[in-house]
Amino acid sequence: MLNAVADAIDAHAEMLAVTESCENGKPVRETLAADIPLAADHFRYFAAAIRAEETTITEVDKDLVAYHFREPLGVVGQIIPFNFPLLMAAWKLAPAFAAGNCSVLKPASPTPWSILKLAEVIGDLLPPGVLNIVNGAGGEIGKALAANPRIAKVAFTGETVTGRLIMQYAAQNLIPVTLELGGKSPNIFFRDVMAASDDFLDKAVEGLVLYAFNKGEVCTCPSRALIQQDIYEDFMDRALARIAMIRQGNPLDTETMIGPQVSAQQLAKVSSYVDIGRAEGAEVLIGGQRAEIGGEFAGGYFYQPTVLKGHNKMRVFQEEIFGPVLAVTTFRDEADAIEIANDTLYGLGAGVWTRDGSRAFRVGRAIKAGRVWTNCYHQYPAGAAFGGYKISGIGRETHKMMLEHYSQTKNLLVSYSTKPLGFF
Amino acid sequence: MPASNATPAPRPAAAHRSGRASAADPGGRQPARISATPAARQAIRRLRAARGGALMFVQSAGCCAGSVPMCFPAGEYLTGGNDLMLGTIEGCPFYIDARIYQSWDDAELILDVAPGDPEGFSLGAGPGEHFVLRASACPLPGT
Repeated sequence: MLNAVADAIDAHAEMLAVTESCENGKPVRETLAADIPLAADHFRYFAAAIRAEETTITEVDKDLVAYHFREPLGVVGQIIPFNFPLLMAAWKLAPAFAAGNCSVLKPASPTPWSILKLAEVIGDLLPPGVLNIVNGAGGEIGKALAANPRIAKVAFTGETVTGRLIMQYAAQNLIPVTLELGGKSPNIFFRDVMAASDDFLDKAVEGLVLYAFNKGEVCTCPSRALIQQDIYEDFMDRALARIAMIRQGNPLDTETMIGPQVSAQQLAKVSSYVDIGRAEGAEVLIGGQRAEIGGEFAGGYFYQPTVLKGHNKMRVFQEEIFGPVLAVTTFRDEADAIEIANDTLYGLGAGVWTRDGSRAFRVGRAIKAGRVWTNCYHQYPAGAAFGGYKISGIGRETHKMMLEHYSQTKNLLVSYSTKPLGFF
Repeated sequence: MPASNATPAPRPAAAHRSGRASAADPGGRQPARISATPAARQAIRRLRAARGGALMFVQSAGCCAGSVPMCFPAGEYLTGGNDLMLGTIEGCPFYIDARIYQSWDDAELILDVAPGDPEGFSLGAGPGEHFVLRASACPLPGT
């Protein structure tokens, strides 16, 4: 069934990619190259993982054997965000289905449609009742789902207050939750990235500019760039030149690199944060205002890719903006970089860029985040665990360990002895 | 709901951010004053009348729908020792996580309403409207 779902997604990849672009505003070059192929691959990964799953048998003594089976939880509630509607659905649904559960899925209020197009494509491949999609206002439907005593587990991606509410409701029903609640991910560039003018330097510059990926509406947006003091000017010159070349416009044009924010609210929030940054004393290195695209996109929710230079105590360094806004600062040495990187409430993602393998390992282990991209960023392969430290959440996705979040262990403790215990 | 959240438990982060007084430090600066625009007050009165009960506000953070005030029926959201009550508006308390509040400098915060549906599990401010929080120094552009 999971492989059939993956095949159906592949067969309708272009339609789903265009739908997803229309739904969210993200450029179709991203949905064609990332969102949709990754969604299909996710179902294949969990199809393989569950096929290969083995459990354990413990020979407690010569006549007593403990058999362990994984059993599904039942009906799970899954609440997904607006930034990757189809990919986040795949991240949640594939492990839930693989482990044998049914899902009641609540899409984000701003993005109710693309998931329904996916359901048109895969609906007939699933037994009735396995996938249930409920659209509507979170205030009514979200709570009704999260607090429903017939739901066996809730998985949520979103912000912290809703995350806490979901834990509250889960406490009342004594059910487990997994949460992914965002981040303020540091992206650290050590001086040796500038040791040569080569492909690696080019890759590192692109690694900084990836803050604008999906118009910054990514939980792991590398929204804090930490650059070693003595390369700051040279490295930022290259990065700003690359940022100035970002093409913004019609999301359905395959040359477009960045589309509009998902909603007027998000646009207002991004603008407001840039103003807060200015008021805090941050310097605007590029961008800093709404982008006027004109033509049929006049008045669209476009915001210019923006870079703010400041220091890590500023709100624009501490709070998730969820827009194409990078906060950049400098560090002296490795210890300073680690201290700044960890001076945040969050711990979802991080990036480390260096030609020194030992340093890459040391710094990666020292950063308190669930995913440290090392000499890369924004790659999301199935098979690499993803999830948060600190207030960024509980649990891991995109790895077979997720099957444990969607199942429980049945132990059959079997005696092969015919003798009584002798107590009575 | 706790009557007061003014003295959260000590946290290592508070000492670490020594360059800035913590909202939670007993000896630190006073929390920001919170007020509301006439539109926000009217929305609260309407919601209270329609629902027949009191409300509460909690400032959110993090991914997606973060950074907006969420509005719930009073008592819906369990506050704890790390939640700071900034004040009340029309009798409704406004909370923020003290750890998030540490990097806020604003002396005055203003609850307002803006177009767009509410986020998360929040109640809306009215048809097609949601609550927003503005710093007095930084009004939201275009609204």
